[in-house]
Amino acid sequence: MSGFAYPNEMETQWSLLIVLYPFITGLVAGAFMVSALYHVFGITRFRPIARFSLVAALAFLLVAPLPLLLHLGRPERALEMFLRPNFTSAMSGFGFIWSAYTLLVVVEIWLVFRRDIVGYAQTSHGPKKLLYSMLALGVFDVSEQTLHTDEKVAKVLAFIGIPSASLLHGYVGFIFGAVKANPWWSTPLMPLIFLLSAIVSGMALLLVMYVLVCRVRRVAADRECVSSLAKWLTGFLVIDLTLESLEVLFMLYESEESWDIISQLITQKLHYTFLGLQLGLGSLVPLFLLVSSGLARLRQRWGTALAFLASSLVLIGVFSMRWNVVIGGQMFSKSLRGFLTYNPPLMGREGVLVAAALMVLPLVLFATLVYFIPPWRQAGVTKEA
Amino acid sequence: MAGITRRQFVLGGAAAAGAVVASRGYSLIVPTQVASKGLSQSEEPSAGHPWAFVCDTTRCIGCGRCVAACKAENRVPPEPHTTRTWVERYVITQRGEVFVDSPEAGINGFSGPANVKYEGLEVKKTFFVPKLCNQCENPPCVRVCPVAATYMTREGVVLVDQEACVGCRYCIQACPYGARYMVPPHAEVTPTGQTGVADKCTWCYHRITKGLAPACVEACPVGARMFGDLRDPSDTVAKVLKEQRVYVLKGELGTRPKAYYIGLEEGVR
Repeated sequence: MSGFAYPNEMETQWSLLIVLYPFITGLVAGAFMVSALYHVFGITRFRPIARFSLVAALAFLLVAPLPLLLHLGRPERALEMFLRPNFTSAMSGFGFIWSAYTLLVVVEIWLVFRRDIVGYAQTSHGPKKLLYSMLALGVFDVSEQTLHTDEKVAKVLAFIGIPSASLLHGYVGFIFGAVKANPWWSTPLMPLIFLLSAIVSGMALLLVMYVLVCRVRRVAADRECVSSLAKWLTGFLVIDLTLESLEVLFMLYESEESWDIISQLITQKLHYTFLGLQLGLGSLVPLFLLVSSGLARLRQRWGTALAFLASSLVLIGVFSMRWNVVIGGQMFSKSLRGFLTYNPPLMGREGVLVAAALMVLPLVLFATLVYFIPPWRQAGVTKEA
Repeated sequence: MAGITRRQFVLGGAAAAGAVVASRGYSLIVPTQVASKGLSQSEEPSAGHPWAFVCDTTRCIGCGRCVAACKAENRVPPEPHTTRTWVERYVITQRGEVFVDSPEAGINGFSGPANVKYEGLEVKKTFFVPKLCNQCENPPCVRVCPVAATYMTREGVVLVDQEACVGCRYCIQACPYGARYMVPPHAEVTPTGQTGVADKCTWCYHRITKGLAPACVEACPVGARMFGDLRDPSDTVAKVLKEQRVYVLKGELGTRPKAYYIGLEEGVR
């Protein structure tokens, strides 16, 4: 600690796990948006990753409550959030929004993959056949007409999914943005910044995962799809960066009582993670890479490589943004007279190892899901049904 | 009881100025009387007492007895960073710099060797500021609690139902005053036997509903902490609020605190 802080502020209340939480839900919201761009808005270039992105969204979505649960002082009381919600609290919405959204994504996946599931159920044997038959939920009708109905319902669900995904992540921004006690958080721009950075991170994640999975599968990544994704990413990155810059610009220009400590926070405490990682390496550099690779008519391999590099940097940038908001907001005293430090412990319930495990877990889930329902294979299209 | 004589003395028509001077000297027990006077035992405690708290920074001597009394009365975990109340020392220099500290939350007073940073400074003025829950009329902590474990009683006192608190710590983030803390998971001393939950000053709810003064008020040797019922016009706190210019902390946030301060200076947050 340097300067003065209220005695109760010595402990950082929201830890690394609370950094992970908006990072993960952001990835979910962004990945879902990509699938919605295909399913709702008919951006056909996203066809190769439309189903891929749904599965990725689900894998991360399933992990999203875990960091929150592990962070609670009384995890065994988590369900109280459902039983006695206080609706003046944005946080009380989590359980409901998450449950509804998870249900929506699961149904959407079922509809989109139903033809495959039925196909696998008919062609496989033993326990696998049983599993797929169960997944088919007893509906084995894959006639053109029912598939058409599936498609229509899936489209409607994806349409509903857009505001739901926005809500899932926008409300996280509200949780921070509506804390008037904290000048680093308190801005109505916060939900928008969270939403835009969510879309940016989700698109970047898909690009990275798609390129890697193609590598593993030893197939060429769809060129149109990757370059299209890179373009959308560029667009959203520009809006995101504009909003993030506006936030700080307004603080600087208005120079309220809190600017003294906020400016020190930016230049002395978060200079590396905010100026360096979030704005520089995580936003401006990838923007430069994306724009220049779009302008220079690069060969496909180089174009994909640059987009991959830029997306990886964007992911680092968005993670830094979550850190800078959550931890940065707790690095100065609400007396505006001093700074506090937070170094996440390696071990323990809220330590670095647990956090790392929580980041690996969605990837394991993703691998498991694609093992059973590979999104890139329209297999099992049988005429038997 | 010494208190009665003193109350009779005050009520007995001593000149107002004399009363103020006298209370500065002998106010050891005054606040207790104030509370008991404002709250007759027979009344239903939840009948809507407009309770208020006054901290007189011109009187506080930074002895820290309030902090110690609070820890003992409420079984507050002993660590300095888990505290329901604390005392801050403000040092303002001729050049307008403001230095604040609160060693160990002020529990041991400020008599230890002065912090090195004060050496060589041209001190203009210095004073102590006791801090506690402001019992806001518009409390951000109540609004953000996802399970309504933090709530306001009918008398306007904000409490934490620690059997319902899930330990999300949103209320700690939302409090602009740093009045809340988390009962450590392995704490041996706890206010209600619950750990991993939020806790804060209740203005000694268990005492004030019985007509007693909060422990910190009781312990203050100089009457810098006053507690009372605004409904009673003869109440010391009611008088202070009527006769003196008072200030609230961070009033610009719209929390409408019910803890008022005498002698605050710009820059005290």
